[in-house]
Amino acid sequence: MIYEAVDSALKDAQLEPKDIDAILIGNMDHFEGINFSEMWTGVEAAPGYLKPVMKVATGGTTGSSLGICGYHYVASGIYKNVLVVGWEKLNEGGATTGIITAFDPVWERPSLAGALGPLALMASMYQAKYGATSEHAAMVTVKNRSNAANNPFAHLQMPNITVDYVLSSQVISYPLRLHDCCPQSEGACAMIYANEEEAKKITDTPAWFQAVETAHYYTYGTDDKMYDLPTATIASKKAYKKAGIENPIRDLDVAEIYEPTSWSELAWTEALGFAEPGKGPVLLEEGITQMSGELPVNPSGGVLSTNPIGATALVRFAEAAIQVMGRGEKRQVPDVEKALGMGFGGSLWTEIAIFGKEPLR
Amino acid sequence: MDKVAIVGVAQTKYEKDKIEQTYLELVFEVVNKLYNQLGISNDDVGSVITSSNDFNDGRTIANMAIQDAVGSVRKSESRVSGDGAFAFIYGAMRILSESYNTVMVVSHSKCSEGDQYLINNSIFDPFYQRALGLDQVSTAGLMANMYMTKYGITQTQAAQVVVKNRKNALNNPYAHLQEDITVDEVLDSPMVAYPLKELDLPPFSDGAVAMLLTNEEMAKKFTDNPIWFKGYGSCTDNYYLGNRHLTNLIGLEGAAKQAYQMAGISDPINQIDVAEIYDAFSTHELMGYEALGFCDLGKGGQFMESGATQMDGSIPVNPSGGVLSSNPTMANGLIRVAEIALQLMGKAGKRQIPNAKIGLANGMNGICSQGNIVLIFGGE
Repeated sequence: MIYEAVDSALKDAQLEPKDIDAILIGNMDHFEGINFSEMWTGVEAAPGYLKPVMKVATGGTTGSSLGICGYHYVASGIYKNVLVVGWEKLNEGGATTGIITAFDPVWERPSLAGALGPLALMASMYQAKYGATSEHAAMVTVKNRSNAANNPFAHLQMPNITVDYVLSSQVISYPLRLHDCCPQSEGACAMIYANEEEAKKITDTPAWFQAVETAHYYTYGTDDKMYDLPTATIASKKAYKKAGIENPIRDLDVAEIYEPTSWSELAWTEALGFAEPGKGPVLLEEGITQMSGELPVNPSGGVLSTNPIGATALVRFAEAAIQVMGRGEKRQVPDVEKALGMGFGGSLWTEIAIFGKEPLR
Repeated sequence: MDKVAIVGVAQTKYEKDKIEQTYLELVFEVVNKLYNQLGISNDDVGSVITSSNDFNDGRTIANMAIQDAVGSVRKSESRVSGDGAFAFIYGAMRILSESYNTVMVVSHSKCSEGDQYLINNSIFDPFYQRALGLDQVSTAGLMANMYMTKYGITQTQAAQVVVKNRKNALNNPYAHLQEDITVDEVLDSPMVAYPLKELDLPPFSDGAVAMLLTNEEMAKKFTDNPIWFKGYGSCTDNYYLGNRHLTNLIGLEGAAKQAYQMAGISDPINQIDVAEIYDAFSTHELMGYEALGFCDLGKGGQFMESGATQMDGSIPVNPSGGVLSSNPTMANGLIRVAEIALQLMGKAGKRQIPNAKIGLANGMNGICSQGNIVLIFGGE
């Protein structure tokens, strides 16, 4: 599976394995029960033999932490290129079993552990504060899963999904219903980064990193109010400043955000500055984040459609880059100059990358 | 490449069982020490890179637990899953990319809380190899046996490494095992994985290490004698032991060649004043001498006997006592870097090598030196 992604990326860039300087692997090794998974995958599934291989693992943000690490590998001048690979094979392990162990064994595991518990609490608090409804959340799922029908790589493709279908699905953890939640997926995503000189040899239409930003947060999620995502605001503001974005709705052309639940997209599009606090539902009601809207969000179908954890946030970066390169085919947003990719994970962490058609000078 | 400086380091005492501290408290201890030593606060740290291992910590996203301890709230922390020397290079890259002026690098392990056999057995292929009972100890035995057989290395030569390192550890207040032992004691210790005996192998330790990296402009603000990053190489050997040579560390050799090239080192013995190398077991250090170019292939035993790597030799190796004395697994590589920084700063106390100007540190991931990193530092 990992080799498939690596091989496709190499062919896409018309590079040979020997051309790659360094390998970065992203994977949550607790989930599949393989310790030091990069020592195996880096040389068996990627061309890492006699080359540098390193693993970055930060939970949901693994893919974006990896994606950002790759940026530093090349921007530092140490390597001319790097192959960045995120993967997860969740049916061979247990995502929830794994994620529960991220939480403090004494204070948090009995009350607020796993992924969906805290996300349900966040949704519930957001709902209580701003009065968003389950219908609003369902509109997110309908948008993203129908977008996924245009993405040949997506896991859940539901072109005919309706709000009623989402609302009639089983409650998982109030207010989250089955179709408010991301699936568990298997898959791998590989990206090749190159410096300016090398990039020119590979493609005429590279996507350039214009900003990478990370904001972390308290060890205990409940040390803060949970209805919003302050780290998304902190990281995106810094990234917008670097990339010269004053008004994200106007200056960004597409966003691939990390929405583990439908409710997350409502709240976190606000945190990213796409809407005022509490006005996330308006983005959907007015069609702003639809494929035909002013700022399409998740043309790929997002995390609600596909969630191979160690790859998920890297897929956000990859899909944002694909949009900038104009290679999104049926999911392509016209005339993309700037795109945002977002990772979410850990104890309410956010990572942001802004891609553009031109490098920042 | 005088662009990244180490301006301060902090370590815990390494011990068998720090039952009074959680691993986040170990991390907080070194971060706090580093801050107090440099007179800084969270605001002076631009970004944080940590190194840890989920299996060792018994928690996935193990860095989640230490966010408060490393002061990364509202700023960027990232986690290398693996040896701390790799976290160092990622931290250095964040400065070289001009993204941050200062980066704190932290690594920890609390080996006392886990079953080290199960943790290390999980590195192996679940279908074909785990059931054989492979772990880092049994594979070390396989490697030692092949190496010693091929090159005629004696158990006495191997024991001399242990005697040297444990004795050096007597001078290191942070070391876990500080023992004045004899070659005979090593040779007489119980057999664990032939030909390795109990004293040929390191203990398992609890502990943490932290350091602050800065760019060139900031370095002088924090210290009068910053230590400069001069060279780096990284190279990965095969995963399956059956595909490996096992009698020589070609991954470490590859990493060393790259690092020497970057640092302009053509004659390591004469140009390097002190080395802290990852000695996962006694003969592993001998193999390290060869891979790092300190002596010819197969001559590690004779090189040990020559005394060159003793405290008063031409290239002292592991004045700290090395991994054979203190083994908080994921922190080992970053401890090597920290000890070299202390040597080059002239702050290594009783284990100080006089006039050390150029130092080498190396780290390792996986089994039997599969993933390797070599770093060269200079005091000027």
